[in-house]
Amino acid sequence: MTTPASPPSPYSAALSSSKIESHTLSVLVDNEPGVLARVVGLFSGRGYNIESLTVAEVAHAEHLSRITIATSGAPETIDQIHHQLERLVPVHQVTDLTTSARSLERELAMVKVRGRGENRADALQLAEAFRARIIDATTESFIFELSGKPGKIDEFVDLMRPIGLVEVSRTGVAAISRGPEPI
Amino acid sequence: MPKEMTGAEMVVEALKDQGVDTIFGYPGGAVLPIYDVLFHQEKILHVLVRHEQGAAHAAEGYARSSGKVGVLLVTSGPGATNTITGLTDALMDSIPLVCITGQVPTHLIGSDAFQECDTVGITRHCTKHNYLVKNVADLPRILHEAFYVASTGRPGPVVIDIPKDVQFSRGFYTPPAGVAHKTYHPKLDADLSAIQAAVEMMAQAKRPIFYTGGGVINSGPSASTLLRELVALTGFPITSTLMGLGAYPASGANWLGMLGMHGTFEANNAMHDCDLMIAVGSRFDDRITGRLDAFSPGSKKIHIDIDRSSINKNVKVDLPIVGDCGHVLEALVRVWRAEAKHADQPSLDAWWDEINQWRAKKSLAYRASSKTIKPQYAVQRLYALTQNKDVYITTEVGQHQMWAAQHYHFDEPNRWMTSGGLGTMGYGLPAAIGAQLAHPKALVIDIAGEASILMNIQEMSTAIQYRLPVKIFILNNEYMGMVRQWQELLHGGRYSHSYSEALPDFVKLAEAFGAKGIRCSDPALLDAAIEEMINYDGPVIFDCLVDKVENCFPMIPSGKAHNDMLLADLSDDAGLELGSIIDEKGKMLV
Repeated sequence: MTTPASPPSPYSAALSSSKIESHTLSVLVDNEPGVLARVVGLFSGRGYNIESLTVAEVAHAEHLSRITIATSGAPETIDQIHHQLERLVPVHQVTDLTTSARSLERELAMVKVRGRGENRADALQLAEAFRARIIDATTESFIFELSGKPGKIDEFVDLMRPIGLVEVSRTGVAAISRGPEPI
Repeated sequence: MPKEMTGAEMVVEALKDQGVDTIFGYPGGAVLPIYDVLFHQEKILHVLVRHEQGAAHAAEGYARSSGKVGVLLVTSGPGATNTITGLTDALMDSIPLVCITGQVPTHLIGSDAFQECDTVGITRHCTKHNYLVKNVADLPRILHEAFYVASTGRPGPVVIDIPKDVQFSRGFYTPPAGVAHKTYHPKLDADLSAIQAAVEMMAQAKRPIFYTGGGVINSGPSASTLLRELVALTGFPITSTLMGLGAYPASGANWLGMLGMHGTFEANNAMHDCDLMIAVGSRFDDRITGRLDAFSPGSKKIHIDIDRSSINKNVKVDLPIVGDCGHVLEALVRVWRAEAKHADQPSLDAWWDEINQWRAKKSLAYRASSKTIKPQYAVQRLYALTQNKDVYITTEVGQHQMWAAQHYHFDEPNRWMTSGGLGTMGYGLPAAIGAQLAHPKALVIDIAGEASILMNIQEMSTAIQYRLPVKIFILNNEYMGMVRQWQELLHGGRYSHSYSEALPDFVKLAEAFGAKGIRCSDPALLDAAIEEMINYDGPVIFDCLVDKVENCFPMIPSGKAHNDMLLADLSDDAGLELGSIIDEKGKMLV
């Protein structure tokens, strides 16, 4: 059933009227050469967004890697991404963690802040509030290690900006479903 | 007991074990070990093409006309890159291909070696799957897996890139038995609940239509038989995409003709006004749907497809059925019979009355001429004079392709080879060569345009070398006709670079290759000339000089809906208005 709407293009109207959602997809793949390129190429080739991407081997003996992709799009687009990913030959399983189960998402960030005097004290106080650890320190700088939901990290980084943020390195989102069952 | 052999020997052994009798290829430095093995055997015919693109299209023609996997063998670097268009074509039209490419030795990979290119990187986007074989121990498994992946599920091209040192290395060969893939398991059978829901929707439909596509052909001849059975059982009208022609016979009573941009008035209007659309192995391509927000607004839609990602991609459907067309059609027929369903006959009769009114428009009609050969007339005469023969038709891309689809009628599947999704000019001649090799005794005709044919004309040498009596029937209007037509409709008749200037003399060209050339420009002499072509035992280039400015109608102009078609009679007396038919939004589209 197509819904008549004022289209941006006469060919691509019907499906693009819904609102944009963010989803986290967990993709279990055979850890073979080029598999990441296949997944990333699918996103670039078909014009999908990647907001965050993490990939690492999760079962060495079985050559399995888990790719966690945070993406955004209309619900129909997310559905397309899901099925396009399933179509790739080395893909074992695709799970939309945002819709299929209650899931946990975590990201790790290292945040370098430079400052003296009052700024230094502010940075330390805020770090404590966010449960960030100090993993490097000089007389004029700190590096904080912080993990949590991406939003929490965004917040911390925003607070550090006026104090003397130098740079940030983030891992991207890793995600897993709650409870005893596998994803 | 696994046999020990070299990687190159494994390649040829695996081809034999996969039942391959013909491959298309072109040798070069990085595949010499495989060519050396080919030299020592006679089971596999290697067909030397004149350009690797030709190998890919020939393999497509072979595959599409025979239902088998098409195989090509090319060297590294330019050999591999020249296949890209053919691989992409096969991906878009779901044609099973296995393309074996040579690669520089593993220790040179990444060093910008002579004739090196990143073949798996380049072909990742235009294959269903691809492999770089770095260890000869993996080669037998990969070879067999490639055939499995190419031919099952939604078929497609698979590339195996084999470095030269791997071709020389020795290892143990294992035959194909027991290839169980770790991740790839296409689903063939649909859920029974979905089948029952579909049958229920069909029994209640008042204005139903079958909209079928290339998936029915890919599923094998039995799918076409089952489709015919289901159409006969239900009495529903049926239309098909370009790729699906022949699955339901064009001579069948329920046939509405092709749908889409150059489909018939009745097929497109029936699609627009139906209350139930049953899509079988078709993918709601933009050539089919036209304007999406006006596409069949009042219908429930059932979509049967083996590729889950085709469902809800362009058009949201009410009942998705994931499975092989043949399996699903079999289940539909079985359940329809078991539950003693019947169509809502009074409603169906009224629906047919409506359809027959659209049919009465005779949307494929054109203004006949006794002075010039109308291209539609040429195709009609070609059909009339060949329809009772064992005939396979290929085409290039453009107006002639659409006229062939409209006026050449197919009663069987696998008889029609054309580049649908990618729209590749230059497809037809090599595809005809492939089809002729699969069917040596058949009459194989490439309905061509004078511009398209020049894109792979070098393959005439291949036809001559292997004594393949392919017939090239050129509708020569001295224009890239479809480009010219769009320039007339969209760009005020400014025919920018669409005139086929400096054309060769096609008769002399044929003779230069060692083929026969025939030219005809007089409608009165056309039948005799076509007979001469058919009866000649060898390749023929037929230069059919047709009306230069004939447009291909009917047409859904870009950005318009199915019930907003442009018919030929309108164009006859409204030349100036043509330019204003397509609005600004439509002009943005292709």
